[in-house]
Amino acid sequence: MRNGTEPSLRRSRRLPMSSPLMKGSLLALATVFSVWVLGRTFLFLRDAALPQWFLALAAIVWGVGGSMLLFTLLANFVEQFPPRWRRGLVPLVFVGPAAAIVVIYLALPALRTLIQSFYDAKGENFVGLANYVYAFTSQEMLVSFRNNFLFWLLFGTGFSVILGLIVAVLADRTHPVFERIVKAVIFMPMAISMVGASVIWKFVYEYRPAGVNQIGLLNAVLTALGGEPRAWLLTPFWNNLFLVAIFIWLQTGFAMVVFSAAIKAVPEELLEAGRIDGANEVQVFLHITLPNIRGSVLTVTTTIILVALKIFDIVQSMTGGNYGTQVIANVQYTQMFRLFNYGRAAAVAMVLLAVVLPIMIYNLRDFSKRTEAF
Amino acid sequence: MSRNSPASVQRRKSHLTPGRILVYAILIFLVVIWITPTLGLLVSSFRPAEDVRSTGWWTVFTQQSEARFTLDNYRYALGLPVQGQVNPRYKTVGLQNAILNSLAVAIPSTVIPILIAAIAAYGFAWIRFPGRRWLFILIVGLMSVPLQVSLIPILRDYIKIGLNGTYLGVWLAHTGFGLPLAVYLLYNYISTIPRDIFESAFIDGASHFTIFTRLILPLSTPALASFATFQFLWTWNDLLVALVFLSADSSTQVLTQRLLGLMGSFGQDWHLLTAGAFISMILPLTVFFLLQRYFVRGLTAGSVKE
Repeated sequence: MRNGTEPSLRRSRRLPMSSPLMKGSLLALATVFSVWVLGRTFLFLRDAALPQWFLALAAIVWGVGGSMLLFTLLANFVEQFPPRWRRGLVPLVFVGPAAAIVVIYLALPALRTLIQSFYDAKGENFVGLANYVYAFTSQEMLVSFRNNFLFWLLFGTGFSVILGLIVAVLADRTHPVFERIVKAVIFMPMAISMVGASVIWKFVYEYRPAGVNQIGLLNAVLTALGGEPRAWLLTPFWNNLFLVAIFIWLQTGFAMVVFSAAIKAVPEELLEAGRIDGANEVQVFLHITLPNIRGSVLTVTTTIILVALKIFDIVQSMTGGNYGTQVIANVQYTQMFRLFNYGRAAAVAMVLLAVVLPIMIYNLRDFSKRTEAF
Repeated sequence: MSRNSPASVQRRKSHLTPGRILVYAILIFLVVIWITPTLGLLVSSFRPAEDVRSTGWWTVFTQQSEARFTLDNYRYALGLPVQGQVNPRYKTVGLQNAILNSLAVAIPSTVIPILIAAIAAYGFAWIRFPGRRWLFILIVGLMSVPLQVSLIPILRDYIKIGLNGTYLGVWLAHTGFGLPLAVYLLYNYISTIPRDIFESAFIDGASHFTIFTRLILPLSTPALASFATFQFLWTWNDLLVALVFLSADSSTQVLTQRLLGLMGSFGQDWHLLTAGAFISMILPLTVFFLLQRYFVRGLTAGSVKE
């Protein structure tokens, strides 16, 4: 492409022909040797009885260093080919690994799970639609559908988006230092794992019988106001709301941060013009700010909907899916890992895929529109 | 940031109307609600076990004379001796191993996808080849596929080839699940680097590899940092992938798994849970507050631009 055809530009002028060949074979050898060494090291690290800290450190060095080494060797290896070959091989080295990994870890498994969903627990006998009958009619799944759609999607996403919007708009009107503090506090839960958040909120919801010192914040407030303490997480139907509250606590910060950036990008002149025309702040927000950040609202909403439909950690750690709090992803996990019914687990996974399909299609259209300039 | 120009700030600060007071009041109310649960956990983690069990954490503030503080909860959680001896009841807790395991999972699970995604993003942005757009849409379009769909086939493969329960298996899984977003974010950034910056390098006969490592990688640092923050928090906080691919043995379990285990088997040992939860939160919170700028940029990159 660039240097091969013109000897004058070639760096290794002394051995015009043999140099690329030599270098190429050496690099090919080095690549094969590295793969072998990395493979041996992997087996050694997997089976070795060494101190945990050493294994962890060695694993990090092995993983990070190994992938860098392989890329360096391969990229330099293909550079030794004649230009015509190189034109095909270079993209392969650059884009190939990513494409291969995504196909192996996402595209093919989706197909294999689809096939699996028509087979029995161990994946041996064809059972037709039996697993889907389970996925659409069993009590567990019906409860999951209600919870995922009514509670997690509607309440969870709705409140996160609206609260995020409110905080972003209001904080924008306060002193910059105050604004920064508010945003940091609301955003902070994003850094916490859902399991960690569950421990935090278990403490808020903790229930002790009436008359005993309440150590859960919610019941303490309730009894201080003269009410009876309640077992928040054990009350069917309503307990879902208390789980969703954790989700809102975690997700509002994400919505707020994106909205805040979008709001600050709305030109001040536009808002001033509205105010001069006599619009009050609410009207300015509804008619100028909101239409201007529509795109962000849409993206944030779809992102949070995806998280809500796939919710797993909070339910698994707070109630384990008991007391009417079951969700689709937890049924999938339970079928796969507790009951070892791969067929049913696969069918439930396909249901989960079907549920998010509209959003996927919307996103795909969006991508193909954005990449038209390719 | 035109809103924070001196003139507008001046205008905003000029007088306190009832409306402005209401705005501050609402925000302060929300901030208090948002921070109280975490504050409760932090305070509790420093209280003696019997205090945590018998009274609410706020009594530290309401009855200051009776407030007692201790580091014992953290010692129990980390398997350190308390008053010269290790409590046999908590011998199995040992979160110090889980911290190492979390690091061993999270660091390569962050670096490997970034490397692969940056290479691919460069390929998509600056190398012409047939099928480029189609391949890009395939990779990025898989972003919203629920990873639950992949678990069973991958798990079966792992068991077959002996990758189950290994770090390598988890790294590759995290790489696979994180790649679409990584490629998308990094492509957005790398494709906007002006071409003339490396045009001259091309003319000098530099290879794609040289241009990528010498020019593109250093120039992309902000984008790499924002995805790194994102992916690190994601992999550190992940529960599902760890449960599925690492579950076999408690010596390889990560913090989130151990914490979930503690909630089950030590559900009434509140003091232990509080310390454990806080231990699991220290690193992500530090990363978060240090790199918040990059994290925010990563989050908003895809969403703000229409």
